Amino acid sequence: MLMSSSPVASQGFLLEALQIRKTFGQTEVLKGVDLQVKAGELVFLIGPSGSGKSTLLRCCNRLEEPTGGTLKLNGTDLLARSTDINEMRRKIGMVFQSFNLYPHLTVIGNVTLALRKVMKMPKAEADARAIENLKLVGMAEKALSYPSQLSGGQQQRVGIARSLALNPMMILMDEPTSALDPELVDSVLEVIKSLRDRGMTMVIASHEMNFARNAADRVVFLENGLVVESGTAEQIFTNAQHERTRQFLRQVRH
Amino acid sequence: METWNRFVFTFFNADIAWRYWPTIVEGLWVTIAAGLLVVVTGVTCGMLLASLRTLGIRALNIPIILFVDIFRALPPLAIILVIFFGLPNVGIVLPSLVVLWTSLGAVLAAFSEEVFWAGITSVPPGQWMASRSTGMTFGQTLFHVILPQAVKLAIPPLTNRTISITKNLALGSAIGVNEILGQANSALSMSSNATPLTMGAFLYVLVFAPLILASRMLERRYQWGGH
Repeated sequence: MLMSSSPVASQGFLLEALQIRKTFGQTEVLKGVDLQVKAGELVFLIGPSGSGKSTLLRCCNRLEEPTGGTLKLNGTDLLARSTDINEMRRKIGMVFQSFNLYPHLTVIGNVTLALRKVMKMPKAEADARAIENLKLVGMAEKALSYPSQLSGGQQQRVGIARSLALNPMMILMDEPTSALDPELVDSVLEVIKSLRDRGMTMVIASHEMNFARNAADRVVFLENGLVVESGTAEQIFTNAQHERTRQFLRQVRH
Repeated sequence: METWNRFVFTFFNADIAWRYWPTIVEGLWVTIAAGLLVVVTGVTCGMLLASLRTLGIRALNIPIILFVDIFRALPPLAIILVIFFGLPNVGIVLPSLVVLWTSLGAVLAAFSEEVFWAGITSVPPGQWMASRSTGMTFGQTLFHVILPQAVKLAIPPLTNRTISITKNLALGSAIGVNEILGQANSALSMSSNATPLTMGAFLYVLVFAPLILASRMLERRYQWGGH
């Protein structure tokens, strides 16, 4: 049943979002967007604010319900009635612009909450798993701090550890560095880089163009709810086909 | 001097106090028991109603909002009298203590629903998103992520509300609940002396002053702690 006969699925995309549409009231924010991500790929979503990047990411784990389109993760139809979306969300990590750590829980409490409540792990096992993932982001020694005691960069790294701890198949990041003071950005980018080196599949909406240039496998330029252009980082940054893409890149570089 | 003596005789009469002490202390236990019942059911129901409201189901929200607005508007004494003297006409006779409990419990539920709801809505939507994105269900998110933050915001206004509504237990004397004021009142008519009322007032202070102190401490604590 999971094996689809469509030629696209056979190419082995981990995430396959086709013709995604999303309407809020009268406004159509996504007008039929395709986003196909292979395992191990780092895809960068770029585009002016209001272009639909955040909405697209939220549609990928149905935090926003797409109004149309098809959505598959590793062959499983995420929009099917029979699919347990809570079960699937666990496999799609999400990192937010404003971190969204739980202020009433410690760092380790933030990381273990879903391990314990969703995966039903015993406390000791969840703690061990949390510490292991906090180490990956360099935050293990802050395990007992509260989010309000951490800098933005530290909070974001905890946010990454929180989604990483669930062993997701991929992670969606919604402007992970844009709420950070400039000097804290690098610490988060380094973590993202290390995840990439370990083969984690990621889709990142971000304005960090230099980073995109160095680390992204593919760049997708979105505007007004449509994909204007997509290609390798090299193609987009040095040889964009559309004037609108070139114009946008000129603007963000200055 | 004559006036002073009469004043002491009327309000601080040792003989009377000695005689009616046990009766009034009986009222104290009733007040405490009824108070606990009102607080536990009122706050629990308020939290339940606020939680139900988060589901965003119109058919559920309209009756909740109606209930809340009506019971916040009605004077507690009116509710107590309507239930106590009205319901027997349709064949429902409730003990006066039960009437007092359900009336004040409903008023407290209405006010605390509003307080909890305000707390819930002031938790940023990103908290819902973060939790749901890890696979937590709606209920798990509400219970483990949203309510702990909402309750913290709700505690100071909630303690004030709870105290001011629980004080209305004295209204029970109007329908024959033998709580402090009821007991003091009957002692007053038997002894033709106001000393039992003084004792009652003293007991009310004894019961509520610690609560008021506690709420003041809580408020101060939450003023400092940003998070």
